[in-house]
Amino acid sequence: MNVEWYIVLSALLFTTGAIGVLVRRSPMVILLCLELMLNAGNLALVAFSRMVGNQQGQVFAIVVMVIAACEVVVGLGLIVALFRRKLPLNVDDLRELRG
Amino acid sequence: MEAVLFFLAAIGALGGAIGVVALRNPFYSVLALIVHLFSLAVLFLLLTSAFVAAAQVVVYAGAVMVLYVFVVAYVGGGGESAWEPIPGQRILAPLLALALFVELSIAVLSSALLALGTHGPDVPAGFGDPAAIGRLMLEKFLVPFEASSILLLLAAVGAIVLAGRRREDGGAVIPSGHSAPKARPDGVAAPPSPGVTQ
Repeated sequence: MNVEWYIVLSALLFTTGAIGVLVRRSPMVILLCLELMLNAGNLALVAFSRMVGNQQGQVFAIVVMVIAACEVVVGLGLIVALFRRKLPLNVDDLRELRG
Repeated sequence: MEAVLFFLAAIGALGGAIGVVALRNPFYSVLALIVHLFSLAVLFLLLTSAFVAAAQVVVYAGAVMVLYVFVVAYVGGGGESAWEPIPGQRILAPLLALALFVELSIAVLSSALLALGTHGPDVPAGFGDPAAIGRLMLEKFLVPFEASSILLLLAAVGAIVLAGRRREDGGAVIPSGHSAPKARPDGVAAPPSPGVTQ
């Protein structure tokens, strides 16, 4: 398969994730959609690394995975902390920090 | 054969992604994301990056998703309210995202990267296997590797600080059968036992 198929698929996956971040309200699902976007970026990195014939893009993809794992850990910690304080798990209700 | 595999994996990845966005129950969203991750691992294998595919399955689908399932089971689903602070957000957001996709596609397809239309150069047999990636990581990218390990440690400590139970607001929640440490009479919180802090 040509590399451009992978890149277009990655753009499509990124778009789907962006729709999810914009439309959904539950912070957990928003985190899942962020995962989608990061994975789309990973797919593009690996596809470009195959296109160039160089393995360094794959190392980038692994570092992106590490970042995603960190983001998930901190985000889920925040969600658990919100749940403990009996705050609503809805990003539209959590607007106290808004200026 | 390769094209069939590509389209099967692409349908799986796209279907999983749409499932994550569209399903109402967060638990089913997590399951759809697992389907998406496995399909992406197949795509990585097609791109001759075996180590990234293995890391995807082991780290993502194995570890991170278990964390998600735990938190979804702990917090529970809960419906989303129909209240919209921005009117027309549900219609506007997909339109904006569609515009983003068109823009990205134009940027990719009209780029001057001539190799985009090929399937890449022929690579030697060991391309992307654990030995090659490991050598690259420990020789050329040693500093980013160590930095990412420190980042993981920081995230783990931060999650414990964020989600860990504190004595003042969690004292009554601990079930009596648990061997919870008693709070000292002078009000200083006793160090939590490892079973209580998660």
